[in-house]
Amino acid sequence: MTQVPRPRLTHCVLLVACLLVSVTAIHVAFAQPFGAARGATSPEVGGFAGWILAKQAEFYRTLSGLIRAAKADGSAAYTLLGVSFLYGIFHAAGPGHGKAVISSYLVANDETWRRGIVLSFASAMLQAFTAVLIVGIAAAVLGATAKAMGNTVRVIEIVSYALIMLIGLRLLWVKGRAFLRLLRGEQHAHHAHDHGHLHHAHDHHHGHDHHHHHHDHDHHSHDDGHDHHHNHAHSQDHDHEDDASAWGHAHAPEPRELTGKHWLRRGLAAIIAVGLRPCSGAIIVLVFALAQGLFWIGVASTFAMGLGTAITVAAIATLAVGARGLADRFAKARPGAGMLLLRGLETAAALVIVFFGAALLTGYIVSERLMGV
Amino acid sequence: MLRIFLVALAALSTVAPALAHPHVWVTMRTELVYAPDGRITGIRHAWSFDDMFSTFAVQGLESKEKGKFTREELAPLAKVNVESLKEFDYFTYASADGTKVALTDPTADYWLDYNDQVLTLNFTLPLKTPVKAKELKIEIYDPTIFVDFSFDKQNPARLVGAPKCKLDMQLPREMTFAEGKKLSEIPADEKNTTMAWGAQFANKLLVHCP
Repeated sequence: MTQVPRPRLTHCVLLVACLLVSVTAIHVAFAQPFGAARGATSPEVGGFAGWILAKQAEFYRTLSGLIRAAKADGSAAYTLLGVSFLYGIFHAAGPGHGKAVISSYLVANDETWRRGIVLSFASAMLQAFTAVLIVGIAAAVLGATAKAMGNTVRVIEIVSYALIMLIGLRLLWVKGRAFLRLLRGEQHAHHAHDHGHLHHAHDHHHGHDHHHHHHDHDHHSHDDGHDHHHNHAHSQDHDHEDDASAWGHAHAPEPRELTGKHWLRRGLAAIIAVGLRPCSGAIIVLVFALAQGLFWIGVASTFAMGLGTAITVAAIATLAVGARGLADRFAKARPGAGMLLLRGLETAAALVIVFFGAALLTGYIVSERLMGV
Repeated sequence: MLRIFLVALAALSTVAPALAHPHVWVTMRTELVYAPDGRITGIRHAWSFDDMFSTFAVQGLESKEKGKFTREELAPLAKVNVESLKEFDYFTYASADGTKVALTDPTADYWLDYNDQVLTLNFTLPLKTPVKAKELKIEIYDPTIFVDFSFDKQNPARLVGAPKCKLDMQLPREMTFAEGKKLSEIPADEKNTTMAWGAQFANKLLVHCP
């Protein structure tokens, strides 16, 4: 690589662009102009974000009446499920870290949209499940107070947020180093070295069965290649002239990709990190249903909410994957800077996850409060 | 390189610190208490929680009679409520003639009651130093919108012991289509003070005294 000043400038511009993407992603995730200091001015929530907030509030407020009605009239239960589902859709469209973390995870890991949908549904269902489990055990069996449940949620919260940060840090370690290496133009000289290092990071995450595959390069099936392509195929593709093969993964996903287990094992951490913390709304609805003697109606409502949430998160995740696809195509057209942009994008996405984990963990962002007001 | 990262981190740190959805609805009745010398001394709140949150809040609490709670039985919960509200400045912000007025922690006579499955928190926020103001403004809202506040329809707010003063309220409500149209017709250079969707969240009490 020739070290003339111009490429350096391009690198810097690209780096700044990538960081801007990450900052924008975070701002979009917040979706509310809450920048004002507490007490300075009242929040002005308008437009689309305001409409979403108003809608979800409207649906939520009808839930208690519908639960009561379901006691006397079975058909009200169906209405309840419908409203719960709609509430889930709108609730997830509001501010929340789940979408941001899942979307960033998909972008950083270059996952397919199908996998994005699976991750979205799995985390939303887990979220519903934890809410049912907490209320089922704590309130229904143990007769715990709201405060005790709040404390339980707080512990789960810490685990979940720490996990988000760990996922982000691991991605940052892998993607950020690949990016920096590319930025420094060390690729050519230290190819073998890079290769080994990246694999090391990879193996560390997936367990030893990968060793077999990577010693056995010739027998890579399509799936396997796909699973760790970003760790070795990408780091090599600059050295080989055939970008096409390096970009092989960018084609439309095939159903059998979903049968590969590695990505799911990798994604499990993301599912747990996002899905572990139950929605406060679901917990309140469940406790209310329990008090009416209709716990199972509450459980059904919670899963209907989860389904709605999953659809919104999956839609946003698909958009993120689509945006990543566009970046892929752009990068393909410009081998040098394009690759740098992609690595930068992945690094930025990893940074977003780290930021959310850190901010949630330190209480700088309050995702949801379940408290003693 | 390092500098760029630092700049990015600085940009990240400007991101809003709050992120929530409304999960608690409060219907308020508020009294502004005046001393005989015309100075406002405190704000007396009665906040009723929505039915779902009320049920949630009393979950697992011991009571002699099932489904009923006495003031004494609710005393520990009231303590938790009031103590956790401190972190949020009791969601109450006051200013006198444009200057911020400091409020202190509630007086010890706070309590909760539970009627018709609705939990109501009663507490008084004293002013650190009672003030006499021509124009007093009290705002009650949650900047994070976790708690949605609105005034009671029948008894929203009143003045106690301020015969010469006049109370005005800016009640939060949703904009109608006609209002939305009207709002869009206000010229850009003209300040709009009465119509805003944000008023949905801001509950303003304005007191004019001679």
